[in-house]
Formats: sequence, structure tokens, C-alpha cells
Amino acid sequence: MNAILQPHQHFNKVDFKPKDYKDEKTPSFWCAGCGHYGVLTGLLRALAELGVDPNHLVSVSGIGCSSRLPYFVNSYKMHTLHGRAGPVATGVHLARPDLAVVVTGGDGDGFSIGGGHMPHLARKNINITYILMDNHVYGLTKGQCSPTSREEMKAAVTPYGGMEEPLDPILYMLTYGATYVAQAFAGNAKLGAQLIKEGMEHKGFSFINLLSQCPSFNELDTALSFRSACDQVDTAHDISDRNAAMQVVNKAKQEGRIPTGLLYKSERPALHERMAELVKRVGGTKDYDLRKIIDLARP
Amino acid sequence: MQGITKNDLIIRIGGEGGEGVISVGDFITQACARAGLDVYTFKTFPAEIKGGYAMYQVRASTERVYNQGDIFDVLCAFNGDAYNNNRAFLKPGTAIVYDSPSDFTPDIPEGVHAYPIPMTQTAKEMNNPRAKNMVAMGALSVLFNIPIESLREVLTTKFARKGEDVVKGNLAALERGRELAAALKKTDPWTIGVPKSKKEVIVMSGNNAIGLGAMIAGLDFFSAYPITPATEVAIYVAKHLPKRGGTLIQAEDEIASISQVLGASYAGKKAMTSTSGPGLALMGEMLGMAFMAELPCVVVDVQRGGPSTGLPTKHEQSDLFMAIHGGHGDAGRIVLSVENVKDCIDLTVVAFNLAEKYQCPVLLLSDGSLAFSTQSIPCPNPDDYKLVERKRWDGEGEYQRYKFTEDGISPMVDPGTPGGLHIATGLEHNESGLPSYTSANHEAMQDKRFSKLKNVVNDIAPAEVDAAQGAGMADLGLIAWGSTIGVVREALQRLRAEGYNVKGFYPKLLNPLPAQQFEDFGASCKRLLLPEVNFLGQLAHFVRAETSLRPESYTICGGMPFTPEMIVNKVKEILA
Repeated sequence: MNAILQPHQHFNKVDFKPKDYKDEKTPSFWCAGCGHYGVLTGLLRALAELGVDPNHLVSVSGIGCSSRLPYFVNSYKMHTLHGRAGPVATGVHLARPDLAVVVTGGDGDGFSIGGGHMPHLARKNINITYILMDNHVYGLTKGQCSPTSREEMKAAVTPYGGMEEPLDPILYMLTYGATYVAQAFAGNAKLGAQLIKEGMEHKGFSFINLLSQCPSFNELDTALSFRSACDQVDTAHDISDRNAAMQVVNKAKQEGRIPTGLLYKSERPALHERMAELVKRVGGTKDYDLRKIIDLARP
Repeated sequence: MQGITKNDLIIRIGGEGGEGVISVGDFITQACARAGLDVYTFKTFPAEIKGGYAMYQVRASTERVYNQGDIFDVLCAFNGDAYNNNRAFLKPGTAIVYDSPSDFTPDIPEGVHAYPIPMTQTAKEMNNPRAKNMVAMGALSVLFNIPIESLREVLTTKFARKGEDVVKGNLAALERGRELAAALKKTDPWTIGVPKSKKEVIVMSGNNAIGLGAMIAGLDFFSAYPITPATEVAIYVAKHLPKRGGTLIQAEDEIASISQVLGASYAGKKAMTSTSGPGLALMGEMLGMAFMAELPCVVVDVQRGGPSTGLPTKHEQSDLFMAIHGGHGDAGRIVLSVENVKDCIDLTVVAFNLAEKYQCPVLLLSDGSLAFSTQSIPCPNPDDYKLVERKRWDGEGEYQRYKFTEDGISPMVDPGTPGGLHIATGLEHNESGLPSYTSANHEAMQDKRFSKLKNVVNDIAPAEVDAAQGAGMADLGLIAWGSTIGVVREALQRLRAEGYNVKGFYPKLLNPLPAQQFEDFGASCKRLLLPEVNFLGQLAHFVRAETSLRPESYTICGGMPFTPEMIVNKVKEILA
């Protein structure tokens, strides 16, 4: 058997500027002032820094404002169903482990309707990069509370104010066993680009939470409020210590702050590597003679 | 037992789960097939993990067998439960072999041939209490002429890896059982016939055969979530797919399974999932996407008793409505159904070929009784199967994923191909794949996606018409699908032997419905009957909707398949 296939073989293949990764065929979709533009800028920069061959890049999304992002990226791409980007991307990746696979989606897509898939992407260490475009609100359906909305948010279906505790995607991903967990404000495209690039280079499941303002439906979390609440994680923070990462998040929460940067990173075999080992162990080959299997059923 | 020759014998073994009932059934099945007999087995087991009544029925014949048969000729009861559960089926002429002394004393009905065998006691005396089932099998082999050489070979092979002592212990118990039975006077007429010749056969269950068919078809990627009665498809594929370098993943739920399958399909691979009704219900939305984004995929539904959690281990053919129309919007699928284990191999290959050719979901319907039924079938040769690959872009000109073509089929392209960048989307889209909601575009695209399916009927063998040579207009025509077909085949043979003028029609392609073939068959019958194992008469409903025919429904939904006798009686009642 050959070496285990990895997307890295398609890095440093082209000398593209960020704009060369921009697909111009679809007109702009998001509102003026939307934080998602920052996510896109960060992603395009990361792709340029990686020099990834667009022919070997697959962008996958679910449903929501953020899930339109693949339309703006020069790559192979799938715009799938609400909440299902993760498992669809898993299928693309496991079928072709040489492809670089990036998922983009919103907080409702990932942690409400798609919440049942998130633990498994992380614990199985699926070698894809998941960018959560977290604006704490449902935008495409015009302003309802999402699983990350502030409790006090008044929204279309909660006219008297919300009643539910928001969840923290970072804490969940740390608990589920993600091997790369990072956070940034979408407006800080430089940091976003750096984290996405490192996440794509990371072997295993990388999760990057990009806090993105929704100027149309979320008055509580503005570009200004996000930006002023973000603190770059202390250089003394040990990124290999999962408990320390949780403590950083919990402490910041108590103080109303948002820790940004790389919070946690560890190495363990990704699922496709384990699968390749299994195939190697049984001497698997495309030319395997099926008669040997059929003969097992002779009486 | 009128009409059943002694050469076609049905033995039912019943006992407590874990007593070796399944092993005895398997050994007899293997031995008979090895000797050249045709076998067809039928099992029921409790939905619970431990204990409960387990039953294994083997039908062995010198002729071709198409179904599990009417009722057993021979009952082997390991305990009182097994006896009581089958007491009502004992008729004059039936033979019963039972454990005695034991915790039960059967009241043997008039005319039933009884053979008490000290199964438990003998096994205990031999210091091998677990070999109770071997004592029973030895007795059965003497009384009913089960091919003993084959039986010894099968036992030896099976126990070889457990060591010589285990082989010897089991063979000794088998021989002791033979001695015990030989000392009894045989009063019943039943013996298994002598096979004409040995044949090149394999013995497989429906679920395993689906797994094998998928691998013959070139399966690359398999994802499934555990569910009764479909799990064995995944178990079989999990064992063998890595040998071909393929990928299997157990997903977190059925939605994830079908999502992963579509991802793999987009990546250029042949991909499938297998499930049962509840899982298929969850996949509905993603199957709509597969139709919309024109992604090939194969979905196996091993149907069970529904609705809701229903009767998880029981037989039913009640997912046809969902298979054809489950899901929102106007969405198309190809739906195939299998009659027997051989079909499970052959039609799984066809399912992949159709999925690849027509770039849409193909659903293959199996059912609970077929899932675990083992049958002897001719040994397949993988080289005999024609395999179809999806049409791929030739790299000429500008690539458009959903280009309008004469046959509605637009070439696909694998990721990694220069010049082929495109999006697969569930949104309505134009030829390039970009969102387009104009009425003209939506109508043109729906027409493209549906019109390509019109040709499917030409890619699959026409539905079989089961008629006597030179038969003219039949008094009654029977339409059957799934494993009910095998039951109807035998019923028609018996009816014709009695002078009835009856025909059968056995479609395997259920959507798009081959309407003209139905019409032609209907035109050759004065009346039509459509037996199926569901409450609503689901196929009958489609036939009435899509053809001018008005078949009469004959439905049962008691968790068991039809028997030939039930069909025979119904036909006689109609034609009386």
C-alpha cells in the first residue's frame, strides 16, 4: 500500500492571491456590514497562504446565511441540507482523503439542527476543517434565537425575551474531543486566516469559531461589542492542556470576555489513517478476488 | 399433507434461544445443500436479547424450492414452549421428535407420529450438556434421512477451529442420537429425497447476499446505522470491504449515513447504505437532495413490521409508499424489490448500475423474512455481471454540471479534475449549478430530472409472466412483489396441477412502474388478484393509480409471510 493520503500533497501547488480563490459568478449575498465578509476574507487569505490547488479543495455547507459561503470560493463545493454539512463532508473526505475539505456554517446549522453530528466529527477525528460562523442568531429566517443567542435576546419568536441558556461551542468541541480548537472575531481577518491555515494543516478535526456580527437581526452582538470583548489568549497558555483551555474559556465568560487565538491542539490518529491501517493489515487491494469471499459461502 | 411429496420435507426446530436451535438448523441446511438438495430456511427469533422462543425451519427438496412452505412435516421440540407454540399446527401425519424425559409431557394428537428422545439426559450422561442439540440432530438424521456424510463433514469443519476434543464430543453426541432413534420404530412416511447430483452452490442469507452483490457491483463506500433487520448487511460488508480497500463507517444516525453516502458519491465513489423503515424515514430529506443534485446512491431497505417501532423482527412489505414517494416536493427515485437470495445479489448489482447511469437514488426493498432466510443458490461468478460507471466529463469545452442533454443525463466530474469546478446544491439551479428560481428554469430542470427516468424500464429485464405453455386468457392473474413472489409461484403450480387456469406476474422494478407490462398482463387475465403483506394494499394502490387495471387486494399483516396454501385457498374461493 502507498502512504496514507493527506490533503498536504495539494498544498504549495499554486501561487494564488486571495482574490484568485474568489468565485465571482455568484453575486454578493450578505447584508452590508455582515461579519461573514470577514470570515470569507480570512478563508481566502488562508487558502492563498497554503497555496492549495483549488481542484483538490472541497467546500461544504448546510443551510443558512453563512452556508452560502461556498458559492464565493473557487473550489469543488456542495451546498447541502440544514445541519448536514458535517456528515456530507465526512463522506467526501473518507472517500477521497487526499482532498482538502472545509465546512462553513452557522451556529443554528451546526449546534441546533446539526448538533447530533458535532460530537462524532470531533471524537472520530475526521480530517476536515469546520469553520463556525457564529452570529448568535438565525439570519436567513429573519431573526430568531439560536443556540448561542444571549438569554436576554428579544427576537421574532421570543418577543418577550429569551428564556434559554446559550451554549458555548468551544466548550462542547473541547469536550467532544476535537484536536484543534480556536476562536477569533471574524473582523480580525488576519487572525482568522492564521487559525484557518493552521487548522487546515492540522491532521485531524479542526474547529474554528469565528464570531460574526449580524447587523440586521442581532443588536446585542455588534462588531464593536465583539471586537472590544476579545482578548488574545495569554502566551503562557499551554495549548496541549485541554483542562487549561476550558478554564480559559470559563474564566473569560465570568468576566464577560472572549478568549481568541489557538486554545487547544493535540495529535492522535485521524479516522482515515486508522482506516488505511486496517486496509493495510488485511492486505486490501482493489484487485482482490471476490471468489475468495464467495467460496466462504459454499456449504 | 396432500400434494406434498416426501421428497420435499420441512423440518421445524424450536426451543429456547441459546439452546442451539439455530446451530441445528444451520447444520442441517448446510448438509442438505452440500449433498445437492435445494434448501430454503425460515427463522423467527424474539426481539429480546436473552431467552424466549426461537424457531428455525428448513425446507429441503430434490426440486427447486421457492418459499418456506406451508407448515412443517416434522417438528423437533427442545422444550415445552416449542411444543406449545406449535401444538395447533400438528396434523395427522406430522412427525414430532421431542425431548423426553423433560419438563413437559406432550399430549400427542391422534395420527401424529411421536418420537421421544432423551436429548437433555443423554447429553448430561455424556458429560456434554451443551450437546443436547447434537443428540437431537443425530435422531433427526436417522429418522428423516438427512445426508449423514455431509452432516459429519459440516460438523467437523465447523468445530475444527475449536479443537479436536470439541469435534469428537459433538460427533459422539450425534452418533448417540442416531443410535437412540434407530432403536425406535419409524411410523411416519417422511424422508428427505436423494439428490440427483451435487451442484455448485453457495448458501447465503438475503442480507449477506446484498452485501456480496454490492461488492460485485464495485462498492467503494458504505455507511450505516444499526437497525433490525438490516444490520447483517453492514456486518457482512464490514468484514469483507476492507479486503478491497473500501471504506465502511458506522454513522451516528441514518441521516448521517445517507449524508456520508452522498458526500462519497460526489467524490466519485460507488456508495450505499442499508437500513429498515424507521431509518429510511429519516433519510427522506437527503434522498430529495440526491435527486435534486443528481447524485448516484443505493439505499437498501430491509422492511419490517411498522408503523413506528412496530414489529422490529417481523416480516412486512409496507414501505412501498415511502420508498416511492417519501419526502417533500416532487422527487423521483428508482425502486427495485427482491424476490429471493439470488435476487439480493443480482438486483443489488442492477441497483448500482442504475444509480450510476441515471445519477439518482435507487432504493432496493428486501424484507424481514428474506433478511435471515438462507437459501442455496447457484455459485455466482463475478465476471458474469455487467458493471456500469457514471458518465464522466470528457474535458472538452466549458464544464456545466447540469447541462441539458437529449437523454437528460449530464456528465459528472470527480473532484481533482482541472476545469470541472462546480457546486452540487439542493437549491434549484441552472445548467452550471448556480441557484435559479425562474419558473422556466424550474420546469425545465424538473423535466430533465424526471424524463431521464423514462428509460429505466429498458435497462431491466421485463417483469416475468408465469404462465403454462400456450395458456390463453387466464381466469385469474396474480400480481406479486418481493418474497411473496416465491409463494405465488408454488401456489400457481399446485393450482395448475388441479386444472385451474391461472397466471402470475412478478415485477421487480416498482418505480417507475412498468405500466405497459402491467397492461399487457392484465389484458390476458379475466380478473386480477394482488396479494401483499401490508394493511393498505400498497402495490395495488399504485397499480390502480398508474394503469387501467383494478386488481383485487389480498392483504395480511400478521408479521409472517403468506404460505402457498393461503394463496391456493384464496384463488379457489375467488374462482368458486
